[in-house]
Amino acid sequence: MNEGKERKAEKPFHEKALAEISANWELYLFVLPAVISVLLFNYLPMYGVQIAFKNFIPAKGIAGSAWVGLRWFERFFRSYQWLAIIKNSVVLSFYTLLYTFPLPIVFAILVNQFQSQRAKKIIQTVSYAPHFVSTVVVVGIISLFLSPSTGMYGYITRALGVQPINPLGESSMFRTIYVGSEIWQHMGWQSIIYIATLSNVSPELIDAARVDGASSLQKIWHVELPAMRSTMTILLILSFGSLMSVGFEKAYLLQNPQNLATSEIIATYIYKVGLGGTPQYSYSAAIGLINSVVNVVLLLLFNGASRKFGETSLF
Amino acid sequence: MTKKRMALPASEAVFRAVVYTLTFLILLITFYPLYYVVIASLSSAKYAMAGEIFLWPKGFTLEGYAELLRDDSILRGYANTIFYALAGTAVSMVVTTPCAYALSRPDFKSRRWIMVFFLVTMFFNGGMIPTYLTITRQLGMGSGYLVMIAPFCLNVFNLIIMRTFFETNLPRELWESAQLDGCTNTNYLLKVALPLSKAVLSIIMLYYLVGKWNDYFSGLLYLRDEKYLPLQNVLRSILTRNQAMASQLQSGTNVEALRKANLVKYSSIVASSLPMMILYPFLQKYFEKGVMIGSIKG
Repeated sequence: MNEGKERKAEKPFHEKALAEISANWELYLFVLPAVISVLLFNYLPMYGVQIAFKNFIPAKGIAGSAWVGLRWFERFFRSYQWLAIIKNSVVLSFYTLLYTFPLPIVFAILVNQFQSQRAKKIIQTVSYAPHFVSTVVVVGIISLFLSPSTGMYGYITRALGVQPINPLGESSMFRTIYVGSEIWQHMGWQSIIYIATLSNVSPELIDAARVDGASSLQKIWHVELPAMRSTMTILLILSFGSLMSVGFEKAYLLQNPQNLATSEIIATYIYKVGLGGTPQYSYSAAIGLINSVVNVVLLLLFNGASRKFGETSLF
Repeated sequence: MTKKRMALPASEAVFRAVVYTLTFLILLITFYPLYYVVIASLSSAKYAMAGEIFLWPKGFTLEGYAELLRDDSILRGYANTIFYALAGTAVSMVVTTPCAYALSRPDFKSRRWIMVFFLVTMFFNGGMIPTYLTITRQLGMGSGYLVMIAPFCLNVFNLIIMRTFFETNLPRELWESAQLDGCTNTNYLLKVALPLSKAVLSIIMLYYLVGKWNDYFSGLLYLRDEKYLPLQNVLRSILTRNQAMASQLQSGTNVEALRKANLVKYSSIVASSLPMMILYPFLQKYFEKGVMIGSIKG
């Protein structure tokens, strides 16, 4: 804090900076590769966001292309799909959050009921497995299982005497499949943090509950859930922040012409507009910008709300 | 605890039963699909397609795997992915570790600003298209090996985990006494800090490795030349083969070809997922630590 004052009194800033760097040159060298990498791959693209307000023509480059104001934003909001696409994104991420937020907590409580450390460990090892499988594989397994002719879904329905449909080709099934596979893949992994929190609950608290004759359900309600409260708040805020950034990969991979009515989300639309057929870079960048703005606003909103209610906040 | 074992009240017994049943069902749903893929990959395709496999392989065969070995595209994809994953993880570790160490040093004056510089990227980014244009045009990384290794070699979340670990696990006195002995930062990092940080190094390495191994997006976005494609992108084209044919099995469909394609699908899923499946249980003991550190300073 007092460096600022000294700086004015003594040496100019650049001399001071040079002195600091030469005194700690190793530390500056240590951060240099990381700083360069982030500068190139994260900040340089931010400079490129301006093409959302330009008519970007590759041959002219970013700086050379002409400004067009809000033309692309107007075009998006005049297009007939804009509302459907935003709605699909919001609904899909809302459903994802609705299920993938509470279920890891439930699973952690279940695991915590086991006394034996060995049992806990085995349960956890098994529950992590799908987390290490790629999205391509998960989607592959889904389509093998749900195939009406050769998949497990097909012969179970036929055994029950029902004519199987093709679930991947039904737009009404897309969200269920998407959210279901998210749960399947990540519930175990996302429960780690809760299980760790529960194992840190002080033994005295648990003993006190036992002495008071609390039943297991009462222990869950009065000891285990409160112990996880601040972790829940932080994770909830974080997931609200990413509400609009549903993963591109899985939606893209599960998408087909028959389920587009629900599976076309902002990210897949950006990809199609920006890189499909004739690339419309500027238009696509504008849609991306709308997405990020909504995202940041949501994050700030929920962070503010949770701070106001006296809970933990991120910043 | 000197507590006599008492007979459980009825409500507690019901509670136990519900807990055990639910847990069992969850594990079954989690594990069975993966297990099924393995046994289907080892079974004669005619049983797999007739839905006659449940608990163990039927009509044992390695034909699916033999077919993979004859497929040049998947072999090349495998080799590419091993290269991308190893080289990419190495680059990422070399970039992340020294940076995390420097940021963990309380006497490093610029650390706050540098941290802010990194944190901003967690909330703001250029978006898909500006990023694509930057990488392909401004940085000139077209289709090739470089674009699969260099971009985004630093993951800010991993950086925070590592920095927090260094902050909390390396006592300040250690550095001070090493400094008195004339130890430079580089020597201290290599000879003192890193050997004490195996836990965090291995978990961050696993995160990077899994991320690279399972990456489909980069290949989709940047690679135009087939010879550079990683495993996931090759796998995707194998998995979508004959899909239209499979969804409507009509008379006249070439059933034999369909069976073979399905068998290859099962075997390719197993072959591509196996390395990560074998790896993660070895590092499991570090997961809890890694996730907890990450949550403290998000």
